[in-house]
Amino acid sequence: MAQSEITLTGRKRPLEKLIKLALFLASVLAIFVTIGIVLSMAFETWQFFQRVSVTEFLFGLEWSPQTAIRADQVGSSGSFGAVPLITGTLLISAIAMAVAAPTGLISAIYLSEYASARVRGWAKPLLEMLAGIPSVVYGFFAALVVAPFIRMTGGQLGLEVASESALAAGLVMGVMIVPLISSLSDDVLNAVPNALREASLGMGATRAETIKKVIVPAAIPGIAGSFLLAASAAIGETMIVVMAAGLAANLTANPLEAVTTVTAQIVALLTGDQEFDSAKTLSAFALGLLLFATTLMLNMIAMRIVNKYREQYD
Amino acid sequence: MTKLFTSAEAHLKARHRSEWRFRWLGRLAILFSLGFLAIMLVSITLLGKGALSRAEIALTVDLTEASTLEDVNAKKTLRNALFATFPEVTSRGEKRALLKLLSPDSGYELARQIEANPALLGQSPTLWFTASDDIDQYTKGAVDITQPENRRQLKDTTLGWVQALESRGALRSVFNTAFFTSGDSREPELAGIFSALVGSILSLTVCFALSFPLGIMAALYLEEFSKKSRWSDFIEVNINNLAAVPSIVFGLLGMAVFLNTFGLPRSSPLVGGMVLALMTLPTIIIASRAALRSVPPSIREAALGMGATGVQTTFHHVLPLALPGMLTGAIVGMARALGETAPLIMIGMVAFIVDVPNGFTDAATSLPVQIFLWADSPERGFLEKTSAAILVLLGLLIVMNLVAIVLRKKFERRF
Amino acid sequence: MSKDPIITARDVNVFYGDKQALNGISLDVPRHKVTSLIGPSGCGKSTFLRSINRMNDLVDICRVEGDIKIEGKNIYDKDVDVVALRAHVGMVFQKPNPFPKSIFENVIYGPKIHGLIKSKSDAEEIVEKSLRRAGLWKEVADRLQEPGTSLSGGQQQRLCIARAIAVQPSIILMDEPASALDPIATAVIEELIDELRAKYTIIIVTHSMQQAARVSQRTAFFHMGDLVEAGPTKELFTTPKDERTQNYISGRIG
Ligand SMILES: Nc1ncnc2c1ncn2[C@@H]1O[C@H](COP(=O)(O)OP(=O)(O)OP(=O)(O)O)[C@@H](O)[C@H]1O
Ligand SMILES: [Mg+2]
Repeated sequence: MAQSEITLTGRKRPLEKLIKLALFLASVLAIFVTIGIVLSMAFETWQFFQRVSVTEFLFGLEWSPQTAIRADQVGSSGSFGAVPLITGTLLISAIAMAVAAPTGLISAIYLSEYASARVRGWAKPLLEMLAGIPSVVYGFFAALVVAPFIRMTGGQLGLEVASESALAAGLVMGVMIVPLISSLSDDVLNAVPNALREASLGMGATRAETIKKVIVPAAIPGIAGSFLLAASAAIGETMIVVMAAGLAANLTANPLEAVTTVTAQIVALLTGDQEFDSAKTLSAFALGLLLFATTLMLNMIAMRIVNKYREQYD
Repeated sequence: MTKLFTSAEAHLKARHRSEWRFRWLGRLAILFSLGFLAIMLVSITLLGKGALSRAEIALTVDLTEASTLEDVNAKKTLRNALFATFPEVTSRGEKRALLKLLSPDSGYELARQIEANPALLGQSPTLWFTASDDIDQYTKGAVDITQPENRRQLKDTTLGWVQALESRGALRSVFNTAFFTSGDSREPELAGIFSALVGSILSLTVCFALSFPLGIMAALYLEEFSKKSRWSDFIEVNINNLAAVPSIVFGLLGMAVFLNTFGLPRSSPLVGGMVLALMTLPTIIIASRAALRSVPPSIREAALGMGATGVQTTFHHVLPLALPGMLTGAIVGMARALGETAPLIMIGMVAFIVDVPNGFTDAATSLPVQIFLWADSPERGFLEKTSAAILVLLGLLIVMNLVAIVLRKKFERRF
Repeated sequence: MSKDPIITARDVNVFYGDKQALNGISLDVPRHKVTSLIGPSGCGKSTFLRSINRMNDLVDICRVEGDIKIEGKNIYDKDVDVVALRAHVGMVFQKPNPFPKSIFENVIYGPKIHGLIKSKSDAEEIVEKSLRRAGLWKEVADRLQEPGTSLSGGQQQRLCIARAIAVQPSIILMDEPASALDPIATAVIEELIDELRAKYTIIIVTHSMQQAARVSQRTAFFHMGDLVEAGPTKELFTTPKDERTQNYISGRIG
């Protein structure tokens, strides 16, 4: 101790202090980004609500943001009811989840409980490849192949299918988020103690019974967390819906019709020429804030559930 | 007693059947996803392979009158060459159609060829020129000539000329280098991915230069210097949440802050890279922390025990050991950033970019945005360009991920 | 050896990959008695126990040779259904492993999957009977809906025993069932094992020679994958025939 006192008085090490401060600031950047997101969008959103009432935005059933050609034009402000966008987003996300939840969970079960090490070795990376492919590729494929295919098949069955149906976008999005669910669920299933597996099998339960009645129930919280994360990804997904879902703000629950989504509208509102202060431009930020708040909430809940679950089996 | 432990019982048989069904359900689930992947990749490959070739037409051009490049009126020379090849064409309408055999840029091609070989001047050489999109598609077999004339782009008269050229050996298919070396164009036969590729590289450079050092610094602070507290928990939750924020929200942030508040140049790789950096940062921090955690504490103890300060220990001993892991994480993050489209659209990188961007503040686009733009074009020629651009993008992603895997394997468990 | 054994093992070799864990084990297990398997750590006790209800099938690299007959039927025959086998040969593990479900659900799980339950009153009857037999009924009668994991370690282990006997097996295998428990809970389990002997054949692996002496009528001593000797417990402990047994029980090896 005596020795170190000498060095301490000998050198102040201001550089070290500076370095530590720099490291600290870098870690705080994440908080600034979050604050930046909230503030920038909150500011524009507040301006938007000067022009359009909150109730119209949240409960209005009609979405048609016109740009005024002349400022004094009648009806230049358009209507900004976000309900069709929200229902459209939910419809497509629900279709995606209807594809991804069973596929992802059952794939995870097969990989963690049945597959040999060899099958696992190639099937898992291939599945994860689905998550590595950029969404613009899925969007292209959805618009070019899947949507016409569904339209044609529907036509043969005598169904009226829109060329940009919610079903096509949702289906393709579902495949894209399969690996999100399967890899997280796989971790979660692997965390279930082997003792439970042995207990059940040791009583003469088949593997399927063990999985359905013991392992999956024990892993439910983690699985639910993975579903929530996937749902959040579906809600925030942009390129697939921009390319395959279109811009028709229909208020419908029919998956064969065209709907639009929050993200697709944000892109549509902010591409091309815009005056920065018009209600049309500002509405994109209000939609952005809505999107951010929703996905943030889903993620927080999901992460809390998953962490709780992890602690349980630590 | 002989039936002991056998599955003779009906109840047991039913249970085994259900076991069997469940196992097959698992296989089907995996096959469904992988089948989709296979169909998608195969169909895009089939569509995209056409972009690798390009049709050219041979024309004998009359340069006898010209002694310098300036003397040559490229357009007129080509027109005369076409009329000379098909002397039977006389009507105005047909003449106009005849000119459409060539791609609109063929004038420049003539100039370039003369420039490369001035000996052509004063001669009447036979040279090759890029054919127009319709003819390009015809040579690739994409035009169904059994269809009635009014249902296809390529009309019968033009078809007759093309077949005449073909029988004379004046129509050929060559490797389409232009696809890799030129920028966007309104004409599908001339459009290339080079400027988009450069835009992507510039954006990723900015993204890497910002997010890698910042990510490492944040990770170092959180793993090596911060004490576990509410504050560090808060930072951690923040980082985890940022990792799951939809990318389009980052685009909105970039638009509101970088463009409108700071006034940075719209459509530029600088702003694009900054937005991508914010998106990639959480990924890099999380990977870097994992890399730091894998450095055994004994190394820290050894350094600290010799009287090194915390900062010295970290920078001399811990960081070098963790760096390969951090780099692996960064490459994976970069690969994701390379595929990002929506946030770049938000900050205006959707422009029609013909020229190769020269710097970080020039207007640029990126490979995935180029794909998005082409995907919207109705011409069949763009369909194959889009698919080919996707293949290039996927190829780059595979290479990046392979590099990450090799790096991980190489530096795995060295201590 | 005893007449009419319920289990007869002949020349059982077990391999994990290339490594042989059991070398030609031949052992008869008498009906309605407690047989204990003792021996130093790693000698193959658990391996032998787990070959009796084919839990070793779950280990990919594990291979079993030789005959293990239960009621005269070789359980490694092709037509043997492991699910049916395990319903007859229950197992209790070293660490209590109740399912993260209610006490009631834990006990009823086995009967349910084996289709032994026709009505709600059936279920209640089986749960009560099994818990009574496992000596746990009094302690949990008014909290059957609470999670099994909320019980103490000793109670959890008795719940696992109740869960095993609810399937009405004829044989129960126990792998160090009391090693994770304190002395009092251990005493309760030992008493329980003694009572269960009336209806079930029990094989127990234990590291405690006192425990083997207290609960079992027969003992088999394993050493490095060999069955060194087996016989009535008293005889084995007082007049061991083999030197290795002698050394082990006097504390010189293991
Ligand atoms: N799953 C396995 N894979 C490979 N080897 C194994 C496996 N299980 C057991 N072994 C090996 O088989 C041998 C016998 O192990 P076993 O678990 O039967 O010993 P044990 O007598 O039960 O020991 P303990 O008293 O410590 O529980 C040991 O050498 C062990 O390493
Ligand atoms: Mg053991």
